[in-house]
Amino acid sequence: MNKKILTLKNITKNYPGVVALRDVNLEFEKGKVHAIVGENGAGKSTLIKIITGAIDKTSGEMYFKGEKVENNNPIISIEKGINAVYQEFNLIPALTISENIFYGYELVNGIVLDKKHMYEESEKLLEELGVKLSPNTIIKNIGIGNQQIVEIAKALVKKVEVLILDEPTASLTNSEIKNLFKIIEKLRKEGVAIIYISHRLHEVFEISDIITVFRDGELIMKKDTIEFNEDELVNLMVGRDLDKHFIKNVDSRNVENKKVLELKNICTKYINDVSFDLKKGEILGIAGLVSSGRTEIANALFGVDEIYQGHIFVNNKKARIKSPRDAMDKGIAFITEDRKNLGLILEMPIKQNTSYASLSKWSNAGIIDKVKEEKDVLDMLSNLKVRYSSIKEKVKNLSGGNQQKVVISKCLLTDSDIIIFDEPTRGIDIGSKEEVYKIMMELVKLGKSIIMISSEMPEILNMSDRILVMSSGRVVSEYKRGEVTSEQIFKDSASLLKGRDYGKKS
Amino acid sequence: MGKKAEQMFFKYGILMFLITLGLIFSIISPYFLTVGNITVVLRQISIVGICTVGMTMVILTGGIDLAVGATMALSSIILAKLLVSGVNILLAIILTLLVGIILGLINGLLINKMNISPLITTLGTLTIFRGITYIVTGGLPVYGFPKGFSYIGQGYVGMIPVPVIILALVYGAGYFILYSTKLGRYIYGIGGNESASILSGVNVKKVKYMVYAISGGLAGIASIVMLSRINSALPNAGIGFELDVVTAVVLGGISVNGGEGRLTGVIIGSLIIGVLSNGMILMSIGEYYQLVVKGVVLLTAVGLDNVVKR
Repeated sequence: MNKKILTLKNITKNYPGVVALRDVNLEFEKGKVHAIVGENGAGKSTLIKIITGAIDKTSGEMYFKGEKVENNNPIISIEKGINAVYQEFNLIPALTISENIFYGYELVNGIVLDKKHMYEESEKLLEELGVKLSPNTIIKNIGIGNQQIVEIAKALVKKVEVLILDEPTASLTNSEIKNLFKIIEKLRKEGVAIIYISHRLHEVFEISDIITVFRDGELIMKKDTIEFNEDELVNLMVGRDLDKHFIKNVDSRNVENKKVLELKNICTKYINDVSFDLKKGEILGIAGLVSSGRTEIANALFGVDEIYQGHIFVNNKKARIKSPRDAMDKGIAFITEDRKNLGLILEMPIKQNTSYASLSKWSNAGIIDKVKEEKDVLDMLSNLKVRYSSIKEKVKNLSGGNQQKVVISKCLLTDSDIIIFDEPTRGIDIGSKEEVYKIMMELVKLGKSIIMISSEMPEILNMSDRILVMSSGRVVSEYKRGEVTSEQIFKDSASLLKGRDYGKKS
Repeated sequence: MGKKAEQMFFKYGILMFLITLGLIFSIISPYFLTVGNITVVLRQISIVGICTVGMTMVILTGGIDLAVGATMALSSIILAKLLVSGVNILLAIILTLLVGIILGLINGLLINKMNISPLITTLGTLTIFRGITYIVTGGLPVYGFPKGFSYIGQGYVGMIPVPVIILALVYGAGYFILYSTKLGRYIYGIGGNESASILSGVNVKKVKYMVYAISGGLAGIASIVMLSRINSALPNAGIGFELDVVTAVVLGGISVNGGEGRLTGVIIGSLIIGVLSNGMILMSIGEYYQLVVKGVVLLTAVGLDNVVKR
């Protein structure tokens, strides 16, 4: 009995000027979890897209169950049982969960949609995945974590022989991740080959059987997971020695006892009676589960959500913030977690994206001084070590880490004193993460203050001077750095959950 | 190398198309490539061309202005009435421009405040403006303008017709706005990602008011040129005009989803339409066939562009 289900032979993919994949040979076996790791731009996404037929390979061959695959495309690969859950969601916001799960593969009675059957199947799947949501909920009304789970359900509802998961846990909470791992375990026992791509190495060690490391489009090493240790893996990925791959905000000497921002009893549609302050030079971490109201604090502060009650004080002066413009005028900048939809204009060049929020700085009577603009943009991009070939390049062509740095550059150019980072390192590679942390530390040294919303426990614990924990729209606890463990934060963040169907906004 | 050629085609594809078209016509008709005929082509596209600049801005923000033709008709009738009742030409022209801008602002108001989609808004105002035009005139043409007025549409500066000069000035101003001002940057940004623009502190509503006002104002300018050229205001002038304008803009590579495309492409798009009509007239192709050819050209050009883009 041949366990090999998918074989790649000498796969190469060229883009103009770039070799995305170079001569890759790789085999995938049934009933194994194959982890693929590497920094952004290492070629992981390209590899998946070639397997699913979303893009054509330049040369090489692919065999499925010993048969050569020709003219591959996503429809053919799904029919074969190769299903991928991509990092970017492909859901239709206006349709329900159930409609999305069965999209393109609807169950029918004759020509009539078998809605009852699809509803029941979806319900069963959601339960298995540990989500308490009605299959009739409209996608746009559920949080990003739940959308990720719907994406996974969408793959599972089809015949699955090879399941590709690209950063599946990026927006999941710990309990959701546990559920996902249970499901992966079950699929593995059923003989499904799982290709698991993640930046979170502890997950890779926990779930995978075999790890393959990619760097700069090449396969660097493939071994059984038990033969790897974490330091070795990181070194292979990055290609250089990192004494430690996590930078720590070592001391709080930057924090001055001067309030730059204070929220008093703020209520919006999503948050309840939120009060806290932020000091000059401080990094204030906000932890909590997905849809606990963390981003909604930022939205209140940035004039996106209407404030029903309470007051905001900036530098001890009452501030009326009704729009992002007002917030920016008060010196607040917001680096959104959703860089593709809210942070960047993907089709616009890097330069225009970077300068977009601060054009007034270089303008006189509405006319832009393009020379000054370009100089400041170039300075900022090189300060933040953004890698690009030309600032005329569209920002969508950059890797996740570099896109994130463009978003940060854009916010920094506004010269704001208060900067909100929402999930600052979501979906970016270790090298870029490190650089983002360095940037944050530079900023507080310069006397700026940071609110950092994050789901990554190490980030919260190591970077914050103070930590707030949110649960169901309220701040439930506050800790100084070093006073709290991740277990305590998890407990706190679930403290107000009982009896509430979280994730569902009323 | 192959990729290079592809990029060249992508960038200059529409221009190649125009050149090929020009070559074909100049082979078929020796008259085509004469200074006289080129002047004719330019003068013919001037009225549509003026409006393409406003339409480009509107479409770049992700909107559309179907009311340009009706705005032009209503402005021209008001101008005609003013002129006939003896108002000073310059004052009448300024008032007409204001009318165009106000009509554009009405579109902006409906889109911003009532949240009606641009397509439906301008479909509605198109009908309303046209209706008012018929009411004001009782469906009859207005004519009998002072002597100097015809200079705008029919005069020359040296060898260049005045409408062509106006067109060039409008293109120049449009180019300046789009590529050297904050407004231009925001026009592209809003079409590219409206939510990101709001979060970047852009006053999106103000920008939308501006583009519809510019589109209305340019329809006002176009109405002045048109009235002066034909010396009589017809209430049914400019029916279907918006489609010519949209065709030129889309042919020029402006994405109907907004945020993408350059004004230089639109100039070429307008020229293609002008050259095509002119060439077909020279070849004595019937008007009905001309319509079919125009449609086919639009679909081919845009289709080819999309194929190359992939």
